[in-house]
Amino acid sequence: MTALLATEGLTMRFGGVVAVDDVNLSVAERELRCLIGPNGAGKSTFFRCLTGQYRPTAGRILWRGRDITGLEPHAIARLGIGIKTQVPSLFDGLTALEGVTLAVRRKHGEREAKRRAMAALERLGIGELAEAQVGLLAHGQRQLVELATVVAPEPDLIILDEPTAGMSAEETAGTATLIREMNRDHAVIVVEHDMQFIRAIASGITVFHQGRILVEDCAERVLADPRVHDVYLGRPPEARMAVPA
Amino acid sequence: MTEDRRALLQAVLALLAAGFAAWWLPQVLELFAIINATVYVAMALLALSLALVWGFGGILCFGQAAFFGLGGYAYAVAALNLPDTTYAIPIALGVPMLAAAALGYVMFYGKVSDVYMGVITLTVTLILFNFINSTAGDEWRIGAAPLGGFNGIPATPPLNVPGDPGTALAPEQIFVIAVACLGGCYAVCKLVLRSHFGRVVVAIRENELRAALLGYDVRFHKLAIFAIGGLMAGLAGMLFANCVFVSPTMFSLAYSGQVIIWVMVGGVGTLLGPIIGAMLLQALTAWAGTLPEVNPSLILGLVLVVAVLAIPRGLQPTLAALFRRRTP
Repeated sequence: MTALLATEGLTMRFGGVVAVDDVNLSVAERELRCLIGPNGAGKSTFFRCLTGQYRPTAGRILWRGRDITGLEPHAIARLGIGIKTQVPSLFDGLTALEGVTLAVRRKHGEREAKRRAMAALERLGIGELAEAQVGLLAHGQRQLVELATVVAPEPDLIILDEPTAGMSAEETAGTATLIREMNRDHAVIVVEHDMQFIRAIASGITVFHQGRILVEDCAERVLADPRVHDVYLGRPPEARMAVPA
Repeated sequence: MTEDRRALLQAVLALLAAGFAAWWLPQVLELFAIINATVYVAMALLALSLALVWGFGGILCFGQAAFFGLGGYAYAVAALNLPDTTYAIPIALGVPMLAAAALGYVMFYGKVSDVYMGVITLTVTLILFNFINSTAGDEWRIGAAPLGGFNGIPATPPLNVPGDPGTALAPEQIFVIAVACLGGCYAVCKLVLRSHFGRVVVAIRENELRAALLGYDVRFHKLAIFAIGGLMAGLAGMLFANCVFVSPTMFSLAYSGQVIIWVMVGGVGTLLGPIIGAMLLQALTAWAGTLPEVNPSLILGLVLVVAVLAIPRGLQPTLAALFRRRTP
């Protein structure tokens, strides 16, 4: 079966630095996949390649089998991919409702777009912020507004880069529930640091290390894998092997 | 009242105000004052074009005078070559719009950053200024129109009654047309900004990346608003050519700088503010020009410094905030 999104030998170099190195990843319809890894593992660069912000140095990105490598971000979004960036990327001068309406307006008329935007805000539990100017909201609220912006157009695939960064424990738990709920109808890729959050949404996990895929498995096995512990703690695999049991 | 209705009301009010000014002022002003008023209106239209491009499109264009000059020259050349000056109007609008579209294509599709965009637009204006200054020889002519180098084209024929090339419009009639153009452009800007296209343009000004991640082609929207701004500046140039005459100063750094000051003083992100700013500052510099011991540019610079310090948001937003505070 053709994967919804796949990369083949995806590589991104900045001069002599290889940030993403020959990555082959495949995400199926309605799959929930987490990309984890320590700082500098190449997750964000990989995310930017997927979303068209970087043009990969080598390799291909396939959407339902079609080569979309090098497409502009707007063209990638139009395929039906909803994208949430690490730092909330919002229209600060607009109200939450205006911003989310714009997300839907490309496909629907003004009235229907507004209705869907309001529904998305209420789904995220921030309906009361509809008329608030986005630039004046707290960080956690901004994260939720951005999530509403991403889910409102009902994309086929949702890519979330650190969706819980800066959120309170309560907001994080709510977001985990929301992501599981979104996953009923959409494929979701989550790029995250927060291991508790990863446990909460328990899914297929791909671990990045030094630009390459280190491990790819179900959550339970990946989180128990000593190699994953090592890269998070900063120990090279050979050092771990040298330690007597 | 919804935002859409408010925009529609403001557009209608602008047209009514323009209609009143066009009817009343020619009755009370003398010929020289009418010609002067037409120049003010042309300059206000130039300010409006930058207000749209900069204030709403987020594109700081240091070379709006380039499109102003191109509009003036395109009109003058076409008017001298065509039997009916009415046919020169689409050329006067089309040339600057296409020039803006070509320049915009290079800048936006070439992903030029904001700082370089400012440098490029300024440089283009200066190139045009220097080029047109060096066209003094008799070999520099387009058909029957000599470009005239630093002297410009003094014998530019004014607009005539459409279909009747023998009957040139009087200065009063050209004033009416200028006011109608300004009122019409203001109303169109208001409606465009309330349309889906306009909202996307404003959203792009707020956050380019987010707009792109929602599927909107940032480059196309910027290009479109830049070309519309070029067309409006060209229209201003054509009106200017009808009441003064075209010369290389239309491309000068002074005009490019002044229009930015008018918009800043009037209020970036507003439409009415830059119109008022342009008229007030034009009047101020004209008055300063009559004082033998004062340099008008110095006065203009001083006004800018005081305005930036005292009313950083500009005239219109400051007055609107004052009005809101006083209204219970």
